[in-house]
Amino acid sequence: MKQNTILWHGEMTTERALTRRGMSFLSSGIFWLTAFLVLPSLIFVVLSFAERGVYGEVIWNFSFDNYKRLAGFSSFGWTPDYLLILGRSVVVSLVTTLVSILLSYPLTFFIASRPARNRFVWLVILIIPFWTNIVIRTYAWFLLLSPDLPFARFATFLGFIPDGSSLYPSAFAVYIGMISDYLPFLALPLYSSVERMDWALVEAAQDLYASRYRVFMQAILPQTAPGLTVGIILTLVPTMATFVVPDLLGGAKYMLVGNLIQQQFGTSRDWPFGAAISMALMLLTLLSMRIYRRKGNTVDII
Amino acid sequence: MNDQPQKNLIIRDITKSFGSVTALKRVDLEVRQGEFFTLLGPSGCGKTTLLRIIAGLEQPSSGAIILTGKDITALPATKRNVNTVFQSYALFPHLSIFENVAFGLRSRKFPEQEVRKKVSDTLELLEMYPMRNRSPEQLSGGQKQRVAIARALVNEPDILLLDEPMSALDAKLRAQVQEELRRLQRRLGTTFILVTHDQAEALVCSDRIAVIEAGEVVQCGTPLEVYDFPRNRFVAEFLGAANLLQARRVNGGVETEVGFLSLNKQPEWPEGLVAIRPEWIRVGSEPSVNGVHATVQDIVYRGTNFDLTMSPGALRVRTNAFKNFKIGDQVWLELPPAELVVLEG
Amino acid sequence: MKKRHLVLQSISLFTIGMLYLPLFGIAVFSVNSAKHGWVWQEFTMKWYTGLLHNNYILEAAWNTLTLAVVSTLVSTVIGTLLAIGISRFPWGSRTNGFLGLMLNFPVVIPDIVMAGSLVVVFAILRSVSDVFQPGMVTMTIGHITFQIAFVALVVRSRLVSIGTDLEEAARDLFADNWYVMRRVIFPLLLPGIVAGGMLAFTLSLDDFVISFFTSGPTSQTLPLYIYSAVRRGVTPQIHALSTIIVLITVILVVLAERISRKK
Repeated sequence: MKQNTILWHGEMTTERALTRRGMSFLSSGIFWLTAFLVLPSLIFVVLSFAERGVYGEVIWNFSFDNYKRLAGFSSFGWTPDYLLILGRSVVVSLVTTLVSILLSYPLTFFIASRPARNRFVWLVILIIPFWTNIVIRTYAWFLLLSPDLPFARFATFLGFIPDGSSLYPSAFAVYIGMISDYLPFLALPLYSSVERMDWALVEAAQDLYASRYRVFMQAILPQTAPGLTVGIILTLVPTMATFVVPDLLGGAKYMLVGNLIQQQFGTSRDWPFGAAISMALMLLTLLSMRIYRRKGNTVDII
Repeated sequence: MNDQPQKNLIIRDITKSFGSVTALKRVDLEVRQGEFFTLLGPSGCGKTTLLRIIAGLEQPSSGAIILTGKDITALPATKRNVNTVFQSYALFPHLSIFENVAFGLRSRKFPEQEVRKKVSDTLELLEMYPMRNRSPEQLSGGQKQRVAIARALVNEPDILLLDEPMSALDAKLRAQVQEELRRLQRRLGTTFILVTHDQAEALVCSDRIAVIEAGEVVQCGTPLEVYDFPRNRFVAEFLGAANLLQARRVNGGVETEVGFLSLNKQPEWPEGLVAIRPEWIRVGSEPSVNGVHATVQDIVYRGTNFDLTMSPGALRVRTNAFKNFKIGDQVWLELPPAELVVLEG
Repeated sequence: MKKRHLVLQSISLFTIGMLYLPLFGIAVFSVNSAKHGWVWQEFTMKWYTGLLHNNYILEAAWNTLTLAVVSTLVSTVIGTLLAIGISRFPWGSRTNGFLGLMLNFPVVIPDIVMAGSLVVVFAILRSVSDVFQPGMVTMTIGHITFQIAFVALVVRSRLVSIGTDLEEAARDLFADNWYVMRRVIFPLLLPGIVAGGMLAFTLSLDDFVISFFTSGPTSQTLPLYIYSAVRRGVTPQIHALSTIIVLITVILVVLAERISRKK
C-alpha cells in the first residue's frame, strides 16, 4: 500500500497516521454518541412501527397501526382527538415564538441602547431567567395565578372566572407560562446580533426612505437574521415538545404533544405509540423550522 | 562577478496546485548566502505559498528545495533550520515576551542557562529587552514585529522568512522599519527572504527581487535592474509609474503615437510596447534626440516634484519642484534612447 | 423620537416584569408564615431552616450536585477531544458533514424525544446488565449525552478563533506534537474548555425532562422533587427551596459573566 506523506501545518506525516490520530481523538465521542444518541434514535424509528403487548411490553411486529391511531382511526371509528392535540401544539409553539419575537426586538434594542457601563447589568437580568430551572419558573406562575391573588381577583372582578378559583388550568395560563419561560431563549441569541448591528445602515435607511416598516425589513432584519434564526430554533424546538408547562398550567383540557408522549412512557406504558408520536413531533418541528428557514446553518448559542 | 558567493538556497522547478488551482508554476530561483531577497507580487500571486514551501509548512506538488547542497523537500518545518516571521506575527498570547522568544530553544531542550543568555542577547539586539516580562497584548504593532523577528532570529536560522511583516503597521512607521530591517540584515549577514506586495518596500530593502505574477517568476534581478529595465508590461506597471507606448518596428527604431523614437536595441517583435519612467523624460525648450513636441495638460504637485501629464500620448513626466509650468505650456520632451525599454510581447 | 423611546422602554420593562414577577412572588411566599392558602400572615424564616431537616430534599440536593459534577467532568473530556478531533484533522467533506450532524442533533432534537429513546435503550441494555436499572447511572448517561454536543460546540468555536497560525508558528519553532499540545493548544483552549464545562454544568442543573424519564425510585433530584411536590400539594418549603435555587443561579450567572468579561 502506498503511503502518501503530507505536510499538515508543518508536521510531516502520512495520511494514514493523521487519520489514526484524528480517530483517537474522535473515538470516545463517536462511541458515546453512537451508543446513546444515534442507535437509540434508530431503534426509536423502528419501535414506532411495533406493537404494544397486553402488559405494556413491546411486540416487534411491523405495522402502521400507531400512525393510524395517531391520525384518529381506531376500532371505534375516527376521532380527531390526537390530531387536535398535534394541531394545538403547533399553534401554541408558533404563537409563543411570534410573541417572543415581537417582545424581544424592543427588549434587545432597549438593552443595546443602555450606556456601556450599565449594559452588563441589563444583560445579566436577561440571562438569569434563561438559566433558571423551567420547573421553578413554571411553578412560579402556578403560584401567581392561584385563587385570591391579585391576578385571579382581577379576573373575578371582570367576571371571567368565579370567585375563589384560579386562572389555571386554561389556555391563557399556558400561553403566559410558555412565553415567559421561553422568551429568553429567543431574546438572548437575538441580542448577540443586535449588539453587533451597524447602526449607520439603519440611519442611512431612515435617511433614504422614512417608512418604519422598510427600515426594519431592509436594514434591521437582515443584520439580526443570524441571531434571530438561532433564537427561533431554540424556541420552536422546546415549545413544541414541552410538557411541564401544559402539565402544570393546562391540565387535561389543554394537552399538548409533550403530555401525550409522556403519558405513553408513564402511565399508559405504550412505548411504540410514544415513539410514533415522537416521530410526528420531529416532523412537525422540522416543518415549522422550514417556515422560518433562513441562511446561516451554524448554531452558535453562546 | 569574480568571487561567486556560496549558493545557499535553490528552488528547483517548484509547482504547487491546490485541487484544480495552480498556485505556483515551475518556479526556479537561487537565493545566495547573506542576501536580502524579496518575493514581490500582487496578492494571490503565490508568493506566500512559495514562502510556506520554503518554511516547510506546505508541500510542493513537484520540485525540490535545496539548502546548502542538501535536499530538504521532504523535511518538515521542525527539521529545517529556517524560521518565519508570520504576517499576523502569531505571537503566543499566553506567554510573556521572553517565553515567546525562548519557545524555539525550549522546544529543542536547550539548557536553561543558554536559553537565558541567547534570549536576552536577541532581545537586546532588537531593543526589546526592557519589555521581556510583558504579554504580547501590551505591545504596539511595531513592538510585536520586533518580538516576532527576535523569536525567529534567536534560533540562528540559515534563512529568515518574513511574510508581509509590515502589513499591520501604519505608513510612517513602515518606512522606518524597512530601513531598520535592512540594517539588521547587513549586520547579521543572515539570508532574509521577504514576501511583500509593496514595490517601494521591495526596492528599499532588497539585494535582489523576484517579481511573481500568477504563480510564475516574471523577472529576477537587483532593484535597479527590475525597476529600470522591466522585462514586460506587468513588471513595468507593478513597479511604480511607467509610460507605455504602443510601437511598431521600423528601421533604426520604432514608430509610436508620439512619433518616431530611436532605440539602442532593436525589438524582436514587429509590434509591441516600449516603456519609459516619468522621471527619465527630460523637459526642454529645444528639440533633441527623440524629441516630442507636447502640451502640458495637467499638473499635480507632490512636494518633492511635479507630475505633469502631457499630450500627445498622455505621457506622464516627473520634474523637479522648482521648475514652474502652467497648463497649456508648449514644451519639447526628450525620451533618451538609453532609457527606453523594449518590453517582451 | 422621544415618544418612540418611551414605547420601547415600556414594552421592555413589561417583558422584564413578566420574567421576574413570578420569581419575586415565590420569594415573597417563601418568607410567609401561612402554611395553607394564599394570604400573607407574617415574616418567617422557618421554611428555610426546615429545609435542613428535610432528608428528602437534602438527598435530592446531593443527587443533583453529584449528577451535575460527574456528568460535567465526563462530557467535558469527551466533548473537548471531539472538538479537537473534528477541527484539527483533514476529514473529507462527508465525514465532516456526519460529525457536524452529530453535534447539532442534540441541539435541535426535542429533549422529550431523546428521553423517550433513552428509556427504550436502557430497557434493552437492562437485559445485558443491571447497571442500567433506572437511577443515577442512567441519569448520568442521559445528561452526558446531551452535554457532549454543547461542550464540543463551545470548544470548537474557541479552536476556530485560535486559528492555525499559532500551531504553525510552534512547528516553525521546532515543537513536536506533544509540545504543541502541551504548550500551545491546551493553554489557549483552557478558557473554552472551562466555558464548555460551565455550560454543561448549568445544563445539567437545569434539566428536567431527561432526568424525569431516566430517574429511578432512589434518584430524586431537586427539579424532580419540586415537580412531584407541586402535584402532591405544595408546602411553603418548596418556595424556600426554589428561592435558594434561583439565588444560586443568580450567583453563578454573575460569576460566569465576570469571568468571561475579564478575557
